[in-house]
Amino acid sequence: MTMFRKPRVMTATQTHYCPGCTHGIIHRLVGEAIDTLGIEGRSVGVAPVGCSVLAYNYFNLDMTIAAHGRAPAVATGLKRANPDSIVFTYQGDGDLASIGMAEAVHAAARGENITIIFVNNAVYGMTGGQMAPTSLPGQITQTSPSGRDSALCGFPVKVCEMLAQLDGPAYIARVAANSPKNVLAAKKAIERAFRNQIEGKGFSLVEVLSSCPTNWGMSPKDALGWIDSAMIPYYPLGVYKDTSRKGIE
Amino acid sequence: MIHWSIQAEYCKGCGLCIDACPKQILRIDPDVINQKGHSPAQMTDVSRCTGCGFCALICPDCAITIAK
Repeated sequence: MTMFRKPRVMTATQTHYCPGCTHGIIHRLVGEAIDTLGIEGRSVGVAPVGCSVLAYNYFNLDMTIAAHGRAPAVATGLKRANPDSIVFTYQGDGDLASIGMAEAVHAAARGENITIIFVNNAVYGMTGGQMAPTSLPGQITQTSPSGRDSALCGFPVKVCEMLAQLDGPAYIARVAANSPKNVLAAKKAIERAFRNQIEGKGFSLVEVLSSCPTNWGMSPKDALGWIDSAMIPYYPLGVYKDTSRKGIE
Repeated sequence: MIHWSIQAEYCKGCGLCIDACPKQILRIDPDVINQKGHSPAQMTDVSRCTGCGFCALICPDCAITIAK
């Protein structure tokens, strides 16, 4: 009996990601959610601009690429044109939280029935490690060699906290992909985000804290540790909004 | 009996599975270099493997398959 193998919906292509990059884990979690829910025949993915721009190579699904940051707008069109399809976007922080902030916020405000997987690694990965809107105060990047100075560059954007204030979204959660335990929690959240769309509940966004060993200048193991020690204290994990939850927990 | 296997060509030698393994029975195989130039992870003692799946959960490249 097979206990663990690659999801059916993923292709046999080897990923182009750096060793230890948790993009691969998050791809797999999306694949597992689609497998579990049996929606591979009607799922449509929208890839962003960023490291995950080649995501269409890794999924046996209808995939498209949006212009930088415009994935939620493209997903809105796909979903409205074909309401039976299950539309998800897979975006990084440079894509969603910077150039694509308007599209993401307005898709959330409209309560579009789409699923967004938001990968936050606190840096611009593909372009070589520049400071992102989500870089932590004091974080050393290519464009902040002495650490991000909040007096000069302002403060990081907390996407989940911000979007949870809107009336549109149905489900907003932040998870991390840095330990087996957190990966299992991330799997549940991503599956929930897809299930919400199937049930017509509305806009669902899952932010996944991810590592970037290459641009953080760390070993893969240390990078996972840095998520625990630096990122999670600034970006607390949890469910920020869930309209289907009843009562007070 | 756990059947643990790795597709060595997919492995990038990041070592996350080695740190995740509670039994500490995985290691980087220094004698093998795959086409990408990485030394892949290797199971050293499958008889102690409990099949918990932590290695596969944390593997970014879906290289590990576990069966029983």
